[in-house]
Order: sequence, then structure tokens, then C-alpha cells
Amino acid sequence: MGDLAARTAPYRAVLASRMRSQRSYRANFALDLASSALVGFVELAEVWVIFRSVDSLGGLDLAAVVLVFGVADLTFSLADLAFGHCDTIPTYLRAGTLDVFYLRPQPLLLQLITSDISLRRLARAGVGATALVVGLAINDVAWSASSVALVALALASGFATFAAMFVWAAGAQFYLIDGAEATNAFVYGGRYAATQPAAVWDRPLKAVFGFLFPMAFTAYLPVVTLLGLPGPEWMPGWLGWCAPVAALWAWLLALLTWRAGVRHYQGGGG
Amino acid sequence: MSAPIIETHELGRDFRVRDGVRRRTVVAVDRLSVRVAPGEAVGYIGANGAGKSTTIKMLAGILVPTRGSITTCGLRPVQDRRRLARQIGVVFGQRSQLWWDLPVRDSFRILAAIHSLSPVAERERTDELVERLELQELLGTPVRQLSLGQRMRAEVAAALLHSPRLVVLDEPTIGLDVLSKQRLREFLVAERRTHGTTLLLTTHDMGDVERLCDRILLVDRGSLVYDGTLAGLSRTVGAQRIMVVDLASPAGDLVDVPQTRHVGSEGSGMRQRLAFDPEATTAARVLAAVSERAEVLDLAVEEPDVEDVVRRVYASRR
Amino acid sequence: MFVRTYARLFVAGFRRQSTYRLAALGGLVANTTFGLLKVALLFAAVDAAGGQLSGYDVGAMSAYIWISQGLLGSINLFGRTDMAVRIRSGDVAVDFLRPVDVHLATIATEVGRSVFALLPRGLPSVAIGAFVVGMSLPDDPAAYVLGALSIVLGIVVSATTVYLVAATGFWLVETRGVEILYMVVSGFFAGLFVPIRLFPDWLHAAATATPFPSMMMYPVDVISGRVDGAESAGLVGLQVFWLATTIAAGQLATRAGRRRLEVQGG
Repeated sequence: MGDLAARTAPYRAVLASRMRSQRSYRANFALDLASSALVGFVELAEVWVIFRSVDSLGGLDLAAVVLVFGVADLTFSLADLAFGHCDTIPTYLRAGTLDVFYLRPQPLLLQLITSDISLRRLARAGVGATALVVGLAINDVAWSASSVALVALALASGFATFAAMFVWAAGAQFYLIDGAEATNAFVYGGRYAATQPAAVWDRPLKAVFGFLFPMAFTAYLPVVTLLGLPGPEWMPGWLGWCAPVAALWAWLLALLTWRAGVRHYQGGGG
Repeated sequence: MSAPIIETHELGRDFRVRDGVRRRTVVAVDRLSVRVAPGEAVGYIGANGAGKSTTIKMLAGILVPTRGSITTCGLRPVQDRRRLARQIGVVFGQRSQLWWDLPVRDSFRILAAIHSLSPVAERERTDELVERLELQELLGTPVRQLSLGQRMRAEVAAALLHSPRLVVLDEPTIGLDVLSKQRLREFLVAERRTHGTTLLLTTHDMGDVERLCDRILLVDRGSLVYDGTLAGLSRTVGAQRIMVVDLASPAGDLVDVPQTRHVGSEGSGMRQRLAFDPEATTAARVLAAVSERAEVLDLAVEEPDVEDVVRRVYASRR
Repeated sequence: MFVRTYARLFVAGFRRQSTYRLAALGGLVANTTFGLLKVALLFAAVDAAGGQLSGYDVGAMSAYIWISQGLLGSINLFGRTDMAVRIRSGDVAVDFLRPVDVHLATIATEVGRSVFALLPRGLPSVAIGAFVVGMSLPDDPAAYVLGALSIVLGIVVSATTVYLVAATGFWLVETRGVEILYMVVSGFFAGLFVPIRLFPDWLHAAATATPFPSMMMYPVDVISGRVDGAESAGLVGLQVFWLATTIAAGQLATRAGRRRLEVQGG
């Protein structure tokens, strides 16, 4: 235990200082929290506007999609809170922050991840959490030990999968000049995809956001499994249980991309 | 001689750059073979683009060499980066290791945690650095509010907090006023004396080299062209000093002062510039000789600057 | 003389943008990805509604999606501008020394940048949409003329409206709150993710009481042919109204802001 405390001390010191500095400008922090909540709320409204005009979409009714939104937005917001700064690595490269990381005796990626934290995302996570609770209440969930386990598994895996997306984007941007928009297509496009019923996707979209970047596994598939709905083509109803596998795959992709990116930086970049 | 703290053998580094549509290879460092012993203070000088920063990045494990080998503190910089980080401190003139929105004290605390210093070691070392770098007044100030000179002192303290054996300084005095430069140099001299720290610094400032370094490495287009003392370098290229004298009344050009060369006159001879070789004569003798010929109101002796020395070396090679 | 000055500023904005070609490519990837996801969801919604959703069939929905995606690089939905930075830093005092109208010069530059963005982002988005998904477009050439006019009006209204956000900086120390509010509301009311026709009536009424639908929703409706001739003309009329309103407000704000700077010594 003491060993763990000692090993994590460097990271805790940095994170504690980031949190202090964000809360120290109270007016700014309150504004950040409010705006973050508003963004989450408007995104929920967009889903609501579409689903209110039809009975069901991709096999989900409004109640079910609120649950999908809740899981996706809560896990994305928490991943954004902890990992969201990773994909701004071009700024770190320009400011030489990455070179400074090299001079410290911790792994680069861990330093990057723990170099900042966006507490304001808590507000948006609050919107997601509310949608999740409402979604669980208004849907006809057959509560049992296994359904509780499924929800817990979905939340943990969703968080891990979105976190991996930010790390993947950071690694990819060592290669891509001005590549932030290209990676955003999959990180933030991925978040948008995660709130959709994957049943409406055609095959190429299923390949990209169902499996390559496993967004369907973050919220939609666990909800399909939880509510006992039939899955769409390629995605049987039990696939929600495989969310942790998807998270592992996302991390494998992220770590390989990160490693290649760092090699590229050390070998080719200046 | 004990085990070298830096040893490179035929070290080389290329960059591929895009030149319009075509890609070409630029050699940043070429066949660099150097040994630096513990406790040495080495000035690493050369024109912009001579490969200094590239070498430093290879020393610290940030860049992988294209050719040859390098060991820093007996370690392979890239593979053993994390172990090396405990023994090396780097001050980049242009990039900050401090947290810009936090007070200086907080940055030191975080860095102490990052380098796993014990509470006792942290307190002793922080106190020592704060005292020697005169940081007491600044500890509570957020980094973004520091002047350049203040920030640089805080940066140096941050890089030295974990008592590294090897300290690399990349243009540490650039942009500093005379007093700030002086303080920083005095600190580095004292640090080296008390802890036996090895110093490697790149600089454009001759004052840095003269006051801090007992050895010079001069690079040109990635290759080492001189390795020795400053005096030796000045001898090789005949670096001269210039005495500028302001006279009481207009005078003819002072072309007959022994061991000097008349370089120029302004204001009908009221101000004259004489070049002399410090190896052959002294400023005092030159002044005495000038005083025999005219009444001197004021004088100044200009040091040859690094750029000038470098230019002469480069010129002699081309 | 008057025209030439603003023409040059327009060209400068245009040129500066052309240096970011790689970023533009990345933007196109993002545009297309989001477009395909919108297609999946909204087409399914049209199907679920029986082939017709609030006046949109699949072809019109496709036109909505790809034209709005194409306009994304030209319409400022973020609320951040160079002008806001210049006002905050006080650099705007230098702008006031030049013999041009600061308000109109800013808008000319901004519109130049935006019109350029139509080339690498707008046209390819529409082309990809037409090629991959297919979309319905009007047969009547007059609709295109009106559509082009409507798009240009939309771009200008975006510049004149976001200028007002920047202008609050003459009075507020920190404009970030206004920018964030603009960002959240503008995308939603401009019809970025859902056409505002799908809104419930009260929300639709709220949206039409703002200049935001003039930036994106109306041009898209006009050029996609979702609305007919008379209604199209009405929408363009609304755009002109919002253009006049925002320009008038911008002129007043700039003059008042300038006086404030002069009084306070900038």
C-alpha cells in the first residue's frame, strides 16, 4: 500500500494542483460548469426532438434511447474529464511540454494523462447521470444480479473505451499535421455515434463505429441486452456482455498508435 | 580518468524535411565523438542550426540517433530514459518546466514529488536553491507573473531540484539583463564547486563561456571543429580585443601604437578603435602608449563575442 | 475606392485560408463522418414516419444533411473570433486609427474566409453526399440563383451576428460566457443536428425569433427545394431582415464601443 502511495505521488501532486487552479477562479469555474451542463442538455434535446416525432427508431423508443444517451454521455463525459486533454497534444508539442515530460522519471503516456483534468465536465456528466437514472426508471428493466452487473460493466467499459479514443487521437496526431479535425471525426463523431441506435447504420458505419472504434459497445449494445431487445444484423442481442472485450480492443489500438506516434516523434520529428 | 559522464562515438542524426514536394535529408549532427568527464564545465557553441539542440535532445533521450552511439551518465538515453531522468537536469531556454498558473513554490513541490525526494531532501535542497538563486521573494508568485530573469532563475532551480549529476543548459542567459546573467553565472559556479556537478551549456554569450566553462566544443554544420580551452580557441583564430578610446580633442589616426592595429575613427579622431591581441600585449600597455600620444577621456574594451569567434573559425575552414 | 478597400480585405481573408490545406482535408473527413451518421439516423426517422417527416422525404433530408455539413466551415457556430481577441487585448484601438469602418472591415475579412471555406469543405461535402447517398435538388434554375443568394446571405448574417458577440467585449471584461451561450444556442437553432421543422411549435417559434436559422436552416431549405418559390422568397426576406438588424446593431455597438475606448483611453 505504501509502495503504491509512493508510486502515485507524482501523479497525485500534478492532478491536485490542476484541480486547485481550476477551482480558484470561482466565477470562471461556475460559468464552465453551467456551459458544460448546457451543452449536455442541448445534445439530449436533439435526440428528444428526433425521437418524439416517431414511435421508434432502429428498434428503440424514446425511453430506450434516453437510457442509451445516459450511458453514452455519462461515460464519455467522465472519460473527457480525465483524458480529454490528451488529444490537444499538438499544443503540447508546440509549447515543448512533451520534451519536458522526457526529463521526468515517469512513463510519458502516464504523465500526459495525469497532466490535467477538466473538472467542468462533471456538470455534463451530471446531465448524463440524470438521463441514465431516468432511463433506468422509465424502461421496463428486469432487475436481477445480472442486470445490475451488466449496467456496471457497461459503465466501466464505456469509460475505458472513450478514454482509449482520446489516447488513440493523441498518438495519431504525431503523424497527422493539423490532424485534430481528422481525429475529432472519430472521437467526437464517436460520441455522437454512441448515442445512436446502431441498427440504423449501414454496413460501412457498422464496421467503423461498431467494431473498429467500438462505439456501439459503449451504450447501445448493453442497453439492447439489458432490455432484452433483438440485436440488428452482425450484432446479436447478447453482444452487450462483450463491452469489456471492446474496451480491451480499443486500448490495444490506442496503445499501439501511441507507441508508433512516440517512435515517430523520436525518430523523425524535431 | 573516471568513467565519462557523456560519451559519444561517431554520433550522427539526420532529418527528413519536405522541400516543396520533394523530400530531402538534412544532416544535423555528423560523426560527433566526445568524452566529457564528471565535474567538467563545457561550452557547446556554434551558429544557429549547427546541431546543438539536436545533440542535447539525443543526450536526454528525446531523439534517437541515426548513427553512432551515445551514453549519458553511463546509460543509454532512449532505452534508459527514466533512470537517466533522475541524474540529468535540463534547462531549455525556450520551454518551461514550471506550471505557469501556479506559484513557484507549488511547482517545486510537484517536482519534488515527481523525483520522489524524501521530505528532508526536499526541504534541504529547496532551501539551498532558494537561497542561492535569491528566490525567497518569488515563491508565492504565479509563474506567469515573473519577469524573464526571475523565471529563468526559477527554471534553473526546478531543473536542479533533484540534484542531477549532469546539468544541461540550452541558452540559459538569452534575453537576460546584465545583473540577472551575473547572478545566474555565480550560482552555477557555486553549484559546481559544492556538488561537483557537470555542466554543459549552449550559448551565444561569450561572458557565459569565459566565466563558466573550462572547455569548449565548437560545432559547424553538425561536426566538431574545435575541442579545447577558450584561450586556445582565441589563439587559433587570433581573436582580438578592441580598445575604444575617447580623446579630449580631435587627433590623427593612431596608427603607430605598438602591438595594435588601427580599426577606425569617428568624429574627426575623437573616438578611435584599436585592435590588440591579449596574448601579445595588455590593455594597460596599450592605454599607456595611447596616453603618450593624446589625452584619453574614456575607454572601453570590447570582448570578442562568440559569434565573432565562430565566424572566424568557419571562415578559416571554408 | 470604398468597394476596393473591402474587396482587398475579402481577398486577404480568402488567401490566408488557402494555406491550411491539410487542416481542410481533416475537416472534410470530419464533415463526411458526421454527415454519414446523420444520414443513418435521420433517414431511419423519415422511414419510421412513413417516408415523409415534417415535409422532408429522404431526398430532401439528404440535401439538408450535406448542404448543412458543407456550410459548417463557413458559418461561425463557435462564437470565437479574432475580433474578440483584438477587443480584449486592446489592439482594436489600432484598427480604429485606420481609415476604414472597423465593423464592415471585420465582416469583409470574415466573409472572405468563409467563402473560401466553401471550396475545400462545402463543395466536396455536397459532392460526396450526392454521389454516395443521393439527394433531391430543384429542377428550376431560378431556385439555384435564389439558393446561392441565400447561402451568401447566411454567411454574412453569421459574420454580422458573431461580431455582436465580440462587441460585448467593449463592455465585458470576459466574453467567454457570451461566446459559450452563443455556441450552445446557435448550433441548435441553426438546425445543425436536427432541422428546426421537427421542433415542437413552441421551440420552433423560439428558434425563428433569432438570427440563427438565417445562417444555415433557411439557405438549406431554399436550395434543397424543400420550400416552394413564394416561401423561399419569404425565407430570403427574413434573412435580409436579420442582416439589416444585425448590421445596424453592429454599427451602433462599434460606435458606442469606440467612444468608450476613447473615454477610457483604451
